[in-house]
Amino acid sequence: MIKPDLSVNICGVEFKNPVIAASGTYGFGEEYDELYPLEKLGGISCKGTTLNPKDGNIPPRIAETPSGILNSVGLQNPGVDKFISYHLPRLKKRDTVVIANIAGASVEDYALTAQKLDDTDVDMIELNISCPNVKQGGATWGVSCAGAYAVTKAVRSATKKPIMVKLTPNVTDITEIAKAVEAEGADAVSLINTLLGMRIDIKTRRPVLHNNVGGLSGPAVFPVAVRMVWQVSNAVNIPVIGIGGISDGADIIEMMLAGASAVQMGTAIFTDPYAPIKAIEQVERYLSDNRIEKISDIVGQVEPW
Amino acid sequence: MSYFCERYPIIEKSSLSADIYSYTLLCPNVAAEAQTGQFVQIKAEGFTLRRPISICEIDKQKGTIRLVFEVRGKGTDKISRLNVGELMDIIAPLGHGFTVPDTLDGKAIIVGGGIGTPPMLDIAKKYKDKCTAVLGFRSFDRIILDKDYTKAGAMTIICTDDGSYGIKGTIASPLDEELKAGGVSMIYACGPTPMLKAVVLTAERYGVKCEVSLEQRMGCGVGACVVCACTVRRGGSKEQVLRVCKDGPVFDGSEVVF
Ligand SMILES: Cc1cc2nc3c(=O)[nH]c(=O)nc-3n(C[C@H](O)[C@H](O)[C@H](O)COP(=O)(O)OP(=O)(O)OC[C@H]3O[C@@H](n4cnc5c(N)ncnc54)[C@H](O)[C@@H]3O)c2cc1C
Ligand SMILES: Cc1cc2nc3c(=O)[nH]c(=O)nc-3n(C[C@H](O)[C@H](O)[C@H](O)COP(=O)(O)O)c2cc1C
Ligand code: FES
Repeated sequence: MIKPDLSVNICGVEFKNPVIAASGTYGFGEEYDELYPLEKLGGISCKGTTLNPKDGNIPPRIAETPSGILNSVGLQNPGVDKFISYHLPRLKKRDTVVIANIAGASVEDYALTAQKLDDTDVDMIELNISCPNVKQGGATWGVSCAGAYAVTKAVRSATKKPIMVKLTPNVTDITEIAKAVEAEGADAVSLINTLLGMRIDIKTRRPVLHNNVGGLSGPAVFPVAVRMVWQVSNAVNIPVIGIGGISDGADIIEMMLAGASAVQMGTAIFTDPYAPIKAIEQVERYLSDNRIEKISDIVGQVEPW
Repeated sequence: MSYFCERYPIIEKSSLSADIYSYTLLCPNVAAEAQTGQFVQIKAEGFTLRRPISICEIDKQKGTIRLVFEVRGKGTDKISRLNVGELMDIIAPLGHGFTVPDTLDGKAIIVGGGIGTPPMLDIAKKYKDKCTAVLGFRSFDRIILDKDYTKAGAMTIICTDDGSYGIKGTIASPLDEELKAGGVSMIYACGPTPMLKAVVLTAERYGVKCEVSLEQRMGCGVGACVVCACTVRRGGSKEQVLRVCKDGPVFDGSEVVF
């Protein structure tokens, strides 16, 4: 049988396969390049970048949970200038899609960061709207239509690059936010970011994370992510990238049946650095076994009751 | 430097005290690359995060490494159920290890606290009688590797918090006495953070170079996620946040901001 076609096209950007490393779990690819060529991945969403360098939160920044983790890294990153001058040129030598993930404390920060990236050869910009809006008392941008809308609008006018808005699940109705960013010119949405959680050490009565609370990711969030991807893909007309708890090829197929055009894998890489590579092989085998020619044929093909 | 993520056969397992296990793995590619002070990330079946454990001994000829760890919680408990003949899934060797030159001008002092004792055994094997190991434990039944350090040729001083063996109290006063005697050119330390802090202050007082191995909760273990932050002041410049897993776990004591 002929090899199934794993490639996907997301708002004009061609990915050789639908598996993208999730922002914040893969750095700038450098470390995993020692284990396997980065070319094997469909793409890499780089560590969240801000206008200026950030030191992040006080450790501990991670706690284990049943089937997952909580993290509170606090966006530690070298800043967009270092990303552009150092990390991006190295990554762009590799044949894989490079996505810049950006975050900001103000609308101006987002716009300036996006503007700087507009002159580079980064393939796509992902907007992380799950970080605090400093001027609005620290609530995250992505929990209100107004916040999500403002950030998308500012970035849209700052860059011609395809933009993908990364949605937070910590909202009452994620489809409302998705529709708001679609209306402001988002080319795609990616979801979900982490779910807010907390763990307490019962011996010390202290939260495990120094930040007290943190974001839940890993297999524990997978069904929530599948549900939200399904709801959002039914609510918008732009591509949806499915993220949250994906561990293997079967999870990728499930997420794509729910409506994802591509996926991102994060926490699974901590458990097994080869997880994305194995998952790509498993997806290919699933397609061959089921005589499906193109991965894109399964997108949104769930048959709801 | 490169690292691997593979499953390696366990060729030896023993228990050193209640809840402390020693494992030897046959992993020639890891042993060939490994340096003293580096660590491995062990997969605990059924858990999301791997457990960071220091490399205790490296045998490049035999292609083996030894790991010694204490069962603290559920993950290390799971790992400790692995037996000889089974495979251990590790990412290794990871991190930046100790500086262990072939010759030292003076003596070396090794300071180990509890389960911080293992990673410096190869240093003792290298410097033999040109080194003193000051090892502190909670009590007699918690003592590990004392015979290994003695066998390596190091002059070994044991302290216990409750005085059930050796010197009663912490490593502080024997360390101070060794330094007072002079001729020490390097201190290597691993153990609880308050102990490391005390060792660094003492080393500074005597003007002796000191390297410490830090602990922090980790995600990836390879340098990608910046979960394992520690604050360091390097070359007199301003504070920077580095990664324990890749920039450490071993740091120059004088640069660590405790
Ligand atoms: C670089 C490094 C080297 C180490 N070397 C050794 C060694 O040689 N021998 C040894 O016995 N122990 C060592 N430790 C400590 C060891 O990693 C922890 O005791 C172990 O991770 C606890 O896991 P658990 O499943 O028993 O506990 P749980 O409480 O179930 O662990 C929950 C989570 O917290 C993390 N965690 C808990 N305590 C620590 C800790 N002290 N440091 C880092 N993460 C922690 C775990 O890794 C896990 O992700 C080392 C730690 C580091 C960072
Ligand atoms: C340690 C860590 C750091 C993260 N950093 C970012 C980040 O900088 N920007 C972002 O948009 N998402 C970040 N995320 C969220 C992930 O990209 C992803 O949305 C989430 O972890 C769910 O996917 P997973 O279950 O496959 O990990 C981070 C997640 C983790 C675990
Ligand atoms: S644990 Fe991921 S960078 Fe150190």
